[in-house]
Amino acid sequence: MSPTPEPRPAPRQPRADDGPARTVREMFMRGATRSLPFLIVMIPFSVLFGVVATEAGLDVAQVMGFSVLVLAGASQFTAVQLLSDNASVIIVILSCLAVNLRMAMYSASLVPWLRGATGPQKAWIAYALVDQSYAMSIQEYEAHPRLPLAQRLAFFAGVAVVVCLPWMIGSGLGATAGRAIPDDIALDFAMPITFLAMIAPMLRTPAHLAACFVAVAGSLVLAGLPSGLGLLIAAPVGMATGAFVEAWSEHRMRA
Amino acid sequence: MNAHVSDPTVWLVIVVLGIGTFLIRWSFLGALGSRDLPSWVMRMLRYTPVAVLPALVAPLVVWPAATGGQLDPARMAAAGVTVAVGLWSRSMIGAILAGAITLFAMLYMS
Repeated sequence: MSPTPEPRPAPRQPRADDGPARTVREMFMRGATRSLPFLIVMIPFSVLFGVVATEAGLDVAQVMGFSVLVLAGASQFTAVQLLSDNASVIIVILSCLAVNLRMAMYSASLVPWLRGATGPQKAWIAYALVDQSYAMSIQEYEAHPRLPLAQRLAFFAGVAVVVCLPWMIGSGLGATAGRAIPDDIALDFAMPITFLAMIAPMLRTPAHLAACFVAVAGSLVLAGLPSGLGLLIAAPVGMATGAFVEAWSEHRMRA
Repeated sequence: MNAHVSDPTVWLVIVVLGIGTFLIRWSFLGALGSRDLPSWVMRMLRYTPVAVLPALVAPLVVWPAATGGQLDPARMAAAGVTVAVGLWSRSMIGAILAGAITLFAMLYMS
């Protein structure tokens, strides 16, 4: 393959509703409305964080501090858990940063799509870059590769508002109202189902399937490693597998 | 306040974690500027979502915290149906609904 300056999406015909015709405002609304299903999970999960953190001894300001300044669900739960186990500050910080390290991969993966953004825009994107906003946006960018930068940014902003604000409000509610939600409605599984549902339609080529399969197998084999470490090994191995299969099938087509 | 954890300690964790997490998220996007990435890096990055997100949830599917890490047929089936419907229909909402219905139906029957 030749080095192409533009991101090269997998061969796929743009749909009739392809992005360039949409205004910035429409893209913001599209990002916001497409993210609404996340709220089914996000609101109870954020309330739960408020409740759990309050039970661990944090006050409302600290709960909000976590949800506004850190804004990363899994690591917030990890921090509260470790703090109430009396782990040392350095252990708490390192474990939680390890849990969040996967976001460096999101950051790298967005570079081809958002590199033209200004410094402050990139800072806001970085602030709001969570699993949901990443997954939603990369899915949109790959499906509509010719969207202009302003529309890409607007879509991200729409997703981020719907995903991040309720997280902050919900944890505040949990900390003040502090009523435990029933734990028999299997909400634990909403997150896996949402992510699998987003990823499955993206598995378009043998290379995508291979990347996914190797990463999943690796994360299961390495599940015994401490927080987040297995993922940091399994995911790059999966990505390399995808790249390898892609290069190999291109080579074979040319031959 | 918890007798064991002091207020300043909690705030120290919050602030350091906030800054550290921001820097992780900002890292490549912010520091690379407008430079081009090498083509082999671009090739790998195309597979970030399909590698990271399934690997993130795979252990939650196989060893759910809700069942104390025991294999759970309902959750395994729900994950399988979600992926199958997503692959077949290319619809995210359709896949979520199919997975949720499978999960609740199987939890209800058991």
